[in-house]
Amino acid sequence: MGAGHGHGLHYHGHSVVHRLPAHVKLVAILTFVIVVVATPNRWVWAFAGYAVLVLAAAGATRVPVGYFVKRMVVEVPFVVFALLMPFVARGPRVEVGPFSVSEHGLVGAFGLLAKATIGVVAALTLATTTEPRDLVAGLERLRLPRQLVEIMGFMVRYLEVVTDDLRRMKVARESRGFTARTVSAWPVLASSAGALFIKSYERGERVHLAMLSRGYQGRMPVTRQLHATAADWRLASLLPVTAALVLAAGVLL
Amino acid sequence: MTTPVLDVRGLAYAYPDGHQALYGVNLHVHRGERVALLGPNGAGKTTLVLHLNGILLAGAGSVAVSGMPVEKDNLLEVRRRVGVVFQDPDDQLFMPSVRQDVEFGPANLGLRGAELDARVTRALDQVGMLDFIDRPPHHLSFGQRRRVAVATVLAMEPEILVLDEPSSNLDPASRRELADILRSLDVTVLMVTHDLPYALELCPRSVVLSDGVVVADGSTRDILTDEALMKAHRLELPFGFDPRSVPST
Repeated sequence: MGAGHGHGLHYHGHSVVHRLPAHVKLVAILTFVIVVVATPNRWVWAFAGYAVLVLAAAGATRVPVGYFVKRMVVEVPFVVFALLMPFVARGPRVEVGPFSVSEHGLVGAFGLLAKATIGVVAALTLATTTEPRDLVAGLERLRLPRQLVEIMGFMVRYLEVVTDDLRRMKVARESRGFTARTVSAWPVLASSAGALFIKSYERGERVHLAMLSRGYQGRMPVTRQLHATAADWRLASLLPVTAALVLAAGVLL
Repeated sequence: MTTPVLDVRGLAYAYPDGHQALYGVNLHVHRGERVALLGPNGAGKTTLVLHLNGILLAGAGSVAVSGMPVEKDNLLEVRRRVGVVFQDPDDQLFMPSVRQDVEFGPANLGLRGAELDARVTRALDQVGMLDFIDRPPHHLSFGQRRRVAVATVLAMEPEILVLDEPSSNLDPASRRELADILRSLDVTVLMVTHDLPYALELCPRSVVLSDGVVVADGSTRDILTDEALMKAHRLELPFGFDPRSVPST
């Protein structure tokens, strides 16, 4: 059993952002992202404002820049799509250097790129400062249906156990000379996936037995609730409220 | 004679698929005893364990815990009294943090607040894992996870601790640490194990289950040195291990 410290996205720290309760951060980031997404693509100055805001929030986490940048790879598909947009979109064309590109496409590409980048940085600000289990607790606090929260909790708990199972099966396959290079390897991979499913299903049954043995009666006991102070809310609201002001300014002016 | 903590009489059980696992098991465990339950694979040990806290209900015969019959109506109390520690700690530790995991049992019993905290702290202290209270279980070593698994059950203040293969997959140091912990606990223990030296070390008394019946019940030393009995029930000592050479404790 590998007990590896696979924190994934979380970066251990004690910054102001780390200390905020998870549900406060969730609400703040979600509201902020909604404001960003609601902004028309042509309002470049608004996106500049959002970028400043989100970078300030990310900076407040004291997570190294490199850590953020590496984890922004998830945005690559959006970038590729955004780069293609000016070339494939229709409408009036403009000259950019040696290329003739669609003006609509160019604006769309900018909007997509700006929204995706700001969104990813915002999400990373949340993910790097909040442990997965705290996120689950935060969702619970926000009254997400109990079953969903429990399923997520179990997923967080067992993800590494199942990943370990998968890794051991891979090692066992490869130790017997198997390499997955061609399509002919697919049946083997498929049966591995099946075996993993059955293993996990059986583990689910054993976990359920262990739960029953400790008096489980169909409801997870709620032993403590997350509490946020007014100061927590005030601090966290800086991000979405300022962004909303930027948006409001755009609408009114 | 006082009421035994565990009183199993004529227990028989067949699984829904028709496979009969137990054919009339009799077993008494008294307060403060540490008993090893030995037997080859497929002897019905796990089936027996699942009857002790009412996960399975007797097909025939009866199970009583400190005088309380194991029946549908009193399952919660039975499960408080009988603490089962399963073999794989990953099955037992399903909550996101050690604290929440240890809380789970007593919280199901209705405890909250300071009383709950005290239970959790005490149980983790008993297994020497208090420093890890806020860690997620999957970041602990296997031996540490097994100790936390024991704590999750201790927090319910059981009258009897039932351990399924407590020494399996442990390195020798963790195995010894767990033995020290088990010896330090003031609780009745029933330990299912294939680790015969461990049984000899921890349990003065052993019960051998084979093909769904109890075939021997006596001092661990006598059972381990009874070569005919051992051979008849597929029990083997590790190479070079002689129970006679172990000083009696």
